[in-house]
Amino acid sequence: MIRLTVNGQAHQVEVDPDTPLLYVLRNDLALNGAKYGCGLGQCGACTVLIDDKPVYSCLLPVAALGERKVRTLEGLPKPLPAAFEAEQAAQCGYCIAGMIVRAQALLERNSRPTEEEVRDHLAPNLCRCGTHMRILRAVRRAAEAMGGGVRDVAEHKP
Amino acid sequence: MTRALTSLGRRTFLANALVVSFAMRAFAQETDKKLPPSLARTPQLDAWIRVGADGRVTVFTGKAELGQGIRTALTQVAAHELAIVPDEIDLVTADTGRTPDEGVTAGSHSMQDSGTAILNAAANVRALLAEAAAWQFATAADQIEMRDGAAHAPDGRRIGYGDLASALSLQVPARPDMPRREVGNVIGQNLPRLDIPAKLSGGPAYVQDMRLPGMLHARVVRGPSDGTKVKAADSAAVETMPGVVKLVREGGFMAVVADQEWRAVKALHRLQAAGWERAAPPIAAADLRETIRRLPAQEVPIFDYPGPAAPADARVVRARYSRPHLMHGSIGPSCAVAQWLDDGVTVWTHSQGVYPLRKALAELLKLEPDKVRCIHVEGSGCYGHNGADDVAADAALVARAVPGRPVRLQWMREQEHGWEPLGSAMMVELAAELDGTRIAGWRHDVWSNTHSTRPSTAGGLLAGREMNPPFVPTRPRPIPMPEGGGARNGNPIYALTNARGVFHLVEQMPVRVSALRGLGAQMNVFAIESFMDELAGAANIDPVAFRLAWLKDPRAREVVQRAAERFGWPARGRGGDGTGAGFAFAQYKNLASYCAVAIEVRVDYDTGEIRVPRVVAAVDSGEAVNPDGIRNQIEGGIVQSLSWTTREAVGFDRTRRTSFDWSAYPILRFPAVPGRIDVEVIDRPKQPFLGAGEASQGPASAALGNAVAHALGVRLRDMPLSPERVRAALRPAPAAARQAAG
Repeated sequence: MIRLTVNGQAHQVEVDPDTPLLYVLRNDLALNGAKYGCGLGQCGACTVLIDDKPVYSCLLPVAALGERKVRTLEGLPKPLPAAFEAEQAAQCGYCIAGMIVRAQALLERNSRPTEEEVRDHLAPNLCRCGTHMRILRAVRRAAEAMGGGVRDVAEHKP
Repeated sequence: MTRALTSLGRRTFLANALVVSFAMRAFAQETDKKLPPSLARTPQLDAWIRVGADGRVTVFTGKAELGQGIRTALTQVAAHELAIVPDEIDLVTADTGRTPDEGVTAGSHSMQDSGTAILNAAANVRALLAEAAAWQFATAADQIEMRDGAAHAPDGRRIGYGDLASALSLQVPARPDMPRREVGNVIGQNLPRLDIPAKLSGGPAYVQDMRLPGMLHARVVRGPSDGTKVKAADSAAVETMPGVVKLVREGGFMAVVADQEWRAVKALHRLQAAGWERAAPPIAAADLRETIRRLPAQEVPIFDYPGPAAPADARVVRARYSRPHLMHGSIGPSCAVAQWLDDGVTVWTHSQGVYPLRKALAELLKLEPDKVRCIHVEGSGCYGHNGADDVAADAALVARAVPGRPVRLQWMREQEHGWEPLGSAMMVELAAELDGTRIAGWRHDVWSNTHSTRPSTAGGLLAGREMNPPFVPTRPRPIPMPEGGGARNGNPIYALTNARGVFHLVEQMPVRVSALRGLGAQMNVFAIESFMDELAGAANIDPVAFRLAWLKDPRAREVVQRAAERFGWPARGRGGDGTGAGFAFAQYKNLASYCAVAIEVRVDYDTGEIRVPRVVAAVDSGEAVNPDGIRNQIEGGIVQSLSWTTREAVGFDRTRRTSFDWSAYPILRFPAVPGRIDVEVIDRPKQPFLGAGEASQGPASAALGNAVAHALGVRLRDMPLSPERVRAALRPAPAAARQAAG
């Protein structure tokens, strides 16, 4: 029996201790947000927040979680999902939960990042449909909705 | 009022409707106008549209939502033509148990095929509802106004669709000549995508999210890539691992099924630890484009534009362009859920073609096709034929071994990278004769493997080939023009004479290949549009002006002019100093969407990296049902194409595919995406829908190539335009280039 706290709720699950957190979230807690993309920490589709830091849930054995608190897409406040909706920032959408979760971590830490900081921060997350421009616009919109903003720089990279 | 139909009235009405339907059938035979192809194949209206007693409308499409937004656009088409709000429509997508057979969702055909079919079917249904209301109100049909899901008489009486439909049979064939609705604005609106909310909130949105009661989890056991197999493992040890329900073996097919997903993964790892071996001839080279160029080929003429021979003193320009094997690279590995009940199987699949898949599965499982039901559920974006069909077969075989229990089987990342059919490597050789600044002759030769091995037989499925005896793949056949496979867009859109093209279809496949978004179009457009720039340079004419000189179609010209203007083409710099701008244009298949792309680049001379500060595109995809949906597809196509063109190449050693994960097959990440992409959608009301999914990849690749050539003064003709290739191209005169870069 393993105990964990996800989106403020305590759970007990009956799984092998080496089971990655991702499988517990999806199969035992029926949370669809985090996705299996690679199981290797290369694509970010499985990103969740653990004590405010973005983490690849596909790599973390659930027994290694300890007392740390997990947040998933389902437990996030409105601004980012609403901004993604407003910008229609999805095509297939498989990567989007991971994008939102990683962006949440950035905006909680820094409400006024530069465009370049946003791009660098999202670099671990892959999108294959090419929705990047809309995702960047959505993060900008959410930052503004949260009272901050994304600062322009003349060129995002010279 | 709305309940006015008496039983006598209803009977009379039904008889009346029957007469109407007979009259319509007779009319349909007389008219010259044809039904659109999907509707001609399934002409009964109730196969497409049903109206419930509550007035809600169910619309059926044989096409599938792949993340391209088709659910939304088709709903808009139906809502517009039926004069109801989109919320009143339930759209049922590809399902062999419920929807028409519309083949495969591919080739930017969904709006052309299903959009046009639904538009026509809805116009028919609206007319029948209006006739029924006219009969009710004892007035003429043209006096009836249809709006807000109800028929309105001039005197203010109204009757809802639900009430009309309860006495109306839609089991009648569509008429081909039904007029479009003249009012209403649902078509042309940026209706927010209907599938997005679930995707942003963690709602069940994908086949990967399905959780059926009693569901088991399975993994298929294969070697590291196409052409390999695992060695025999200690299966007894695996069968006793905790949670393992069964090891399923049939011929060379092997899968493990467990109570929990992670336990299935652990069992897979144990089975794979036995090692693997090559099960096919060795792979000739790390990069197979030269191999493809040299293998025996079937010569298929693509086009022949007649005209006088070029003068003897014409200047001959030649160039050779190529691309490597490319990967679809879905972010979510392929997945399916299957359940064997009684004597049949249901498969939930993200296949692009549920009907062809059903046929292939029926052959594999030795069932009648009506014992196999394939239901499309969204998966991760596929961009063509990836592992979707194969994993459906894998899941079905496992389900048969555990009858009654639903089975969810997802491929591992390494399996998707290792086994998905690739987009073929390609080579194009172009030659032109320039008489002064005039193109007086043109020759296009393109080599590649087939661009479709989509399964409609068991031999098209990986599991089929693992059976004993194995099912044999069908022999690849060229896809005829004007669609074309490797030849797609090999016919230049320019008004050339004395021009010919040949597709060299290489039948022997050194590695597994199939349809990748756009098929041969990306390579052919890259080659033709690069070559047009080379010719413009040789003729000393501005590349955009040079194109316009050979472009007759006014819609093509407008797209080119709008993109050039929006980009500020005349103000582009001189190039040659590491910054540059490039332009390219194509009409997809020379019959679908027109798309022009202009790209600004900045090349780092030290690292060889290409940065893209700005992209401008213009697109004409006919009547724009959802302009933002088109914009999203064009933006996405540009970014994906920039990834293909700047950094992607599948690698091989003698025994396997070496691009086994994202570290070995890197794709574009955020820091390298363009600074800005600006897409102008040119709407053409009442013109046919032309699709948008595959319009921009070719032009984006070529515009990038042209921009890099402008920036460096050196042309790169082999994709990807990687930092290594850029640095190699700069090597002959690095000092001069450095000085120019200042």
